[in-house]
Order: sequence, then structure tokens, then C-alpha cells
Amino acid sequence: MAKAAIRMKNAPIVGTSVPRMEGRGKVTGQARYVDDMVLPGMLYGATVRSRIPRAKIKQISFGPGIRWNEFVIVSAKDIPGKNCIALIEDDQPCLADGIVNHPEEPLLLLAHPDRHLLPKAVAAVSVEYDPLPAIFSLEESESLEQIIWGADNTFKSYLIEKGDVDCVWQNADHIVEAEYTTGAQEQLYIENNGMIAAFDPEQGITVWGSLQCPYYIHKALMKLFAFAADRVRVVQMETGGAFGGKEEYPSMIAAHAALLARKAGKPVKIIYDRLEDMAATTKRHPSRTRLRTAVSKDGRILGGEIDFTIDGGAYKTLSPVVLSRGAIHSGGPYYWPSVRIRAKAVATNAPPHGAFRGFGAPQSLFALERHMDRIAQAVGLSPVEIRRRNFLKPGQTTTTGQTINEEIDLDKLLSRALELSDYHAKKENFARRNDQASRKKGVGIASFLHGAGFTGSGERFLGSVVGVEASANGSLRILVSSTEFGQGTNTVLCQIVAEALGIAYEDVSIAQPDTDEVPNSGPTVASRTVMVVGKLVQSAALGVLKTLTASGLLSDSYSPEEFRAACRAYTRKHGKIRSLAEYEQPEDIVWDEEKYRGSAYAAFAWAVYVAEVTVDLATYSVTVDDFVALQEVGKVLHPVLAKGQIVGGVAQGIGFALYEKVVWEEGRMQNGQMTNYIMPTSADLPPIRVYFEELGNVHGAYGAKGIGELPMDGPAPAIINAVEDALHVSFHSIPLLPEDIFAALPESSAEPVREAGGRE
Amino acid sequence: MSESPEGQAKSDISFTVNGKLETVHVYPMERLLDVLRHELRLTGTKEGCGEGECGSCSVLVDGTLVNSCLIPALQAEGAKIVTIEGLASDGRLELLQQSFLDCGAAQCGICTPGMILASLHLLEKTPEPTLEEIREGLSGNLCRCTGYMQIFEAVAEAGRRGAAT
Repeated sequence: MAKAAIRMKNAPIVGTSVPRMEGRGKVTGQARYVDDMVLPGMLYGATVRSRIPRAKIKQISFGPGIRWNEFVIVSAKDIPGKNCIALIEDDQPCLADGIVNHPEEPLLLLAHPDRHLLPKAVAAVSVEYDPLPAIFSLEESESLEQIIWGADNTFKSYLIEKGDVDCVWQNADHIVEAEYTTGAQEQLYIENNGMIAAFDPEQGITVWGSLQCPYYIHKALMKLFAFAADRVRVVQMETGGAFGGKEEYPSMIAAHAALLARKAGKPVKIIYDRLEDMAATTKRHPSRTRLRTAVSKDGRILGGEIDFTIDGGAYKTLSPVVLSRGAIHSGGPYYWPSVRIRAKAVATNAPPHGAFRGFGAPQSLFALERHMDRIAQAVGLSPVEIRRRNFLKPGQTTTTGQTINEEIDLDKLLSRALELSDYHAKKENFARRNDQASRKKGVGIASFLHGAGFTGSGERFLGSVVGVEASANGSLRILVSSTEFGQGTNTVLCQIVAEALGIAYEDVSIAQPDTDEVPNSGPTVASRTVMVVGKLVQSAALGVLKTLTASGLLSDSYSPEEFRAACRAYTRKHGKIRSLAEYEQPEDIVWDEEKYRGSAYAAFAWAVYVAEVTVDLATYSVTVDDFVALQEVGKVLHPVLAKGQIVGGVAQGIGFALYEKVVWEEGRMQNGQMTNYIMPTSADLPPIRVYFEELGNVHGAYGAKGIGELPMDGPAPAIINAVEDALHVSFHSIPLLPEDIFAALPESSAEPVREAGGRE
Repeated sequence: MSESPEGQAKSDISFTVNGKLETVHVYPMERLLDVLRHELRLTGTKEGCGEGECGSCSVLVDGTLVNSCLIPALQAEGAKIVTIEGLASDGRLELLQQSFLDCGAAQCGICTPGMILASLHLLEKTPEPTLEEIREGLSGNLCRCTGYMQIFEAVAEAGRRGAAT
């Protein structure tokens, strides 16, 4: 570190908006996504799926009118290893074998050289079912009338306890209690899922695809085929959006393509269409949060009970970790002297829910930030003041007992957000005008935090490894399994290496993620890439420098030309320089997995968001008119990319709050099209104004924290708080659609009802 | 995936793509999108929804912005088509493409080709569009990554730099 700092004559690269590494390919149409790739002799694959939620399969028959002998057909019997998609637990089959547990569960695979013939063939497969009773809600799952998973329909539960919450109720001036729910949300990356697989009896399997986590797929394929690591190769193609939606399900599609390729003896491409992608792949977990809080008359939280429950769908997949993050974030950026958090992920007969930006936190933080406004009302304080009185301060501990060690001043952050949004003037002005207006306006705030990196000991278990190579011409190449899917991984990691070595950004490149070539730097999830992987890349780069200085080819102070000359001299003698760095858990991060206590995250990003809305009482629609997003994310390494992350996340958060409703029937999505599942268009969004505070962070590369997921957490509660400000009606459920507002505000009633959605 | 074309016979269809005359032997009801991608290997045109909602497959047909997933191949007979591959000539980016890069308007890149063609179409009609005109002009092209703000900036910037001329 120190050495790098001494010799830096060049202008800093970190903190500037260098061109996106793969940007040129993207604006010229040359970037290669999986569907752009064609292999010689390639077949096209398709999936036959269950039509009903839970059943025994009696018989599968192949209908008339199809030349079945031309098709490659794969069933569970064709699986050489274990029939599962290995992840946390091996409970999810790759292909259903005798029983189905959710609609759209894969049953059979078909492949044919002519892609035109597949839809009709899929439709011609008929399945005879022996239906079993199925369950579709948290309540049905909890009632245990039907056990569909394990002994009690519970994938995972956690208990987080701090202080003695049982003794706070008697001294409380107010007890505020309410229930909040959030719906499923589709990631809706614009590039549908897709994979190509090739099989070679000697070399094994290679898959190319749209994906986030090459080594998740690698692990799943090893188990499915009973192959050693060196007989499975996973390559990421350019990936057209992911948002968590390509964290786990690509393992399924890779498995299917690989099974077909093995049986066909030819490469097979599977590309989902939009309907299949939306109906069959993962979504954000629906949630229910019950909050019961003891509050003093001056508005201080004395303690509380938080029950956080999520619907995991039919198989465990990632639900335990989503649950964990949601539970840990459920206390928000506030000080709880005592708290008991009970969290549970339960099974229903819906396709498994999975990773989506925020990973449980947007759900529990929606509940908490709505609840803070309810507490404010109960106590008779403003939403601003109730937050000020309860903000975590440096030296205090979170719900898991983690001491806040950084000098975060949430009071100041809130004040700045109020100023930037002109909150107080708006609030007063709207209150004055709303009585007479048919378009009522309101402002709402949400303050929140988001932990970066894997939870607790997660990073230690991952033990990520990265590499940096230097070649004879002095150019550097980064070797990581961390993937680019729009966030800017490629660009920021290259910036870090250039900065660490004092060389030009143009002299750094990053290898295409390919498990034959790159070490396992962990999955590209959990806002961990810049902070955790970036830091490792920085130290691997410094390892290259150390090699050069130790061999006497470079002094502590050097020019880029001297650096190139040293690389040339070294490689001539010894070959390419390759420096690896492996994660070591910082000593101050201590986590007790049993008690769920300790340092949950190496760093938190902090934020205050302010939404201004109009509710039109003629159409019952809500429009967001202005949005201020202020956050402390450590050092901003690339201002344009960072802003892009925040704006994009806020847009998805606005969709989560107001537009995006998954309509379910018997566990099956009914609106799996872009025409009836509505995401925000360019005409729907307000100006999204982004501001940063930069405190820095000792654990991240150049002081960076994670940033990707944070902006998903705040918009929904800020917006629904603003709707309450406009209408004086408290809504407890999202998405909040015009029909929900209509139902809460019957035209006949002069006085609006006070409660709507959820129960209290 | 396209509909099964059973019962149709393939025929020759000719049109100009990016200034080059092409003749393809395809099912007449094959989507123009598939013809561009599969027959001509012009894979810069992307499929997002397959039903004309997302705009990822936008191309210019005789100067009009269309969703190529909704156009049957036979309708392209004799037309002049421009795809994203027709934009950067001799490796030099168009001003609009450069603005997309500079402003951070391309994240994952999958909507970008369609978005750039929609923006080009807008700038041809309205060389220096207002924010409102940009929002309206691009509302047929969905982007899930950016929240659109940096795309608006890119189009406004390209307009200022004179991209339409």
C-alpha cells in the first residue's frame, strides 16, 4: 500500500469515471450473449414442465403427430450422478422423478436440430397426474395441515435475541403493533435465461451461459454427473441483466443442457422465452413481518419483537440465506436496547423463490420503515423526529450485538436528505393544499442500512481466491470468477489494479470468467464484489509488484515505462508473473453462528431516501414526482457507475412498491409477460437525484463498501410513507396498486378509512 | 421461440440491411428478428419479450422504428433495414454511441442496441429533444438496469453534439 502511494505520479484512476471496459461491444452490438453463439451441429433444447402444483406422476405419454424418433429425450433416468441441483441442500431435483412439488417443475427434456419443431413437441407430451393436496400461503404452510417439506414445512428458522425484551412491555408508554406484507417480484432482466452445453466423453462437460456464479454451476454439474472438478467447465457469456435472478437457477438450465448434450452427442442450446422465464424461474420471496414495539412517551424504542416469515416455494434453494439477511436487517439503522427476532422460511407449492437484489432486506425494511411512521403517529412525533431519536450511533450495537465502529452520523445524513428534497417546505405546502385537491400530494422518508459481503462467517467459508497476471509487455490481466452483468465489475476491478500499480487503466484487462482459467473468487452476489473481491485484487496486484521489486528489477519509485521494462525482463527469465491472493477474515469480524450474534457484516452502507408522490383520486394511481437518494457507501470508485447502480435500484424499488404484482393461481404465475407484469418505463419515473457521502471503509478496496443492493431497500417504504402523508391512510402491503387504493377509499365515504391492507 | 411454421413453404425474400442487399430463403411468417439473427447472423438485434413490449429488437425499416419480433419476414420484402451493426462505420463510433458510453447509458447492454436505434430515430425527428420528448420517445424501450436517467443524459448530450446531422 505505502509503496504504491509513494510512486504515484499519475492522476488517480480510482474515483474517476473511466470508460466501461466492455462498453464498446455493448453499444455496437458486438458483445456476445449466449443466444448469439452457435456451435456446429448444435441442437435446440426445450423443457416439459408440470402443469399442476403437487402430484404423483402416473404416466407420461408422447402424443401423435410428432416424429419422436428425431428428438433426443431426457428423463430423470438419464442422470448419471445424483438427481439434484446442489446448492445448500440437495432437495431440489434436476428432473422430477415420480412426484412434482410445484407448477413448472421440469419433467422431461427434448432436443431437436430444428428449433421450430420444439413448441409443438412439448405440447404433445401428456402427463397423467395423481393430484395431491397443495398449499399456497404462509398461513397454510404454518397450519401444518399438509406437510409438503421435511417434518414441519420449515426450511430454516433463526432466533436473534438482545437484552431482555420480556420486561419492556410493562414500562412502555406505547405499544405499537402491526403486520406488513410484500409480494413476489420478478427480476425481469431483459435477457432471458439461456445456456449452451457440449459434452465430450474424454474432457467432460462445457457450458456457456448467462449467469452470475460460475462455481455454483460447476459444483451442481459435478454432483449431477458424478464428475471430478476437471471434467466440468463453466464459461460466462456477456450477461444481459441478472439482479440475483441468475444466481441459482442457471445451474438448473446448465444441468438440462448438459444432460441433453450428453445423450445427443452434440451441443445443445436452451434459451427460455419470456413466459417460461417468468413462470419457471425464481422471484423475490413474498414476506410477512409482524412488529410489536415498546416505546417511551418521548419516542424511544425500548424493545420489540419482530416476526419475519418468507415463502420459500417448494424447495430450500437459497431461502436460508435470504431469511438470514432479512432477519438481520429487520432492526434497521436504529438502536434496540432489547429485541427478539424470530425468522422463518416456509415451504409452499410454488416454484422456489430466490435471490433478488436486497435478498430479504427490502422485505423486512419495508415493514420496519412503515412501522417507524406508525410509531411516530402513536407517540405524536413527526416521522423525522422519531427516526432522529432512535438512530444507531457510533459505539452502540446492532440487534446482533455488532458495535458500530465507524463515525456514521445518521442525524446529519437525514438533515442533508431533508434539505436536498426540500422536505419541510413540501410537507407544509402539501398539507395546506391537500384538503381542496383531488390530486393529493405527500412526502415520505426511509432511513436504512445494507450490509456488504456474505453474512457472518460467510466470507471465511468462501475463502475467495483471485489472481493477477503480468505479461511481458507490462499489461495486467485479472483472473476472477466474479461476473459482469451490467453493474461494472470489469471496469472497477481494472481500475483497482491500475491504481494499485500506478499504470494506465488501458493496460489492465480481465479474463472472461471460465472455470478452467480463473480461480474461485466467490459468487457475484451480496454487494461483495468491489469491497471483498476488489480488496483481494488490489493485494494480488501488489503481489506482482513485490515479485518485481524482490527480484531487483524495480525500485520503490518507478515510471510506467520502468514498470513495463521490469515485466519484460522478469518474464524473459522466469515466464509470466502470476500473483494470487486469498481472503483472510479481519480479526475484528467475529460471528457466532449458533447464537446468531456478533459482526454480521464487515461494513454497512447507510442511506436516507425521500419520495414525493401524487395520488390522483380520479384514477387512484400513485405517481412518484421526485426522488432523493442520499447514501454513504464508503469511497465511490467510479461516480458514473455508482450513480447508475443507485438510479437503477431505485427504479426497481419503485416497481416493487407501485407496479410489479405477480398474480398467482394454484402456485402458478398468471401474468408472465411484459404486457401484464408491469415494470417502470421511461415515462413512469421521476427525476431520481443521487447524492453520496464518503466516509471510507477499512475493509474495502480504496475504502469502498458494497453498493449494488442498497438502493433496493428504501424506495418502497419511502413511497408508501408518502402515500400515507397524502391520504392519511396507512397501507401495509406492497405492491400498492390503484385497485388497493380504490378499495381503501370508497367513493361514497367522505372520511377515508384508517386502515387498509394487512391486519392490525 | 418462434411459432411452428408447419404447413408453410420457404420462399426467397430480398431486402437491404445496412446498405447491403440480402436474399434469404425462409418461412414467410418467420419473424424478421429471427431472420436477422439466424439467417444473417446479425445478432446485435436482441429478443427480450417476443411480443413487442420491450423494444430490445428495435430496428429501422424504411426509416420507421419497428419491433422486429412483430414483423413477418415477407413484410420486409424490398425494405431498407438498419440494425445496430449498421451504425459504427470503419470502427468509429457514432456520436450517439459515444454519448451512451460517456454517460453510463449502457449497463448490461441487452437493451442497448434497441435503445440506440430508438434514440437515433428520435434525434432524426427532433434533433435537440427536451427531457419530456426523450422520455416519451423512449417509452417503448424497456431498460431494467439504468432507471433510464443516464440514457436520457446520453440522448440529450448526443443531441447537443449534433448527432442527428
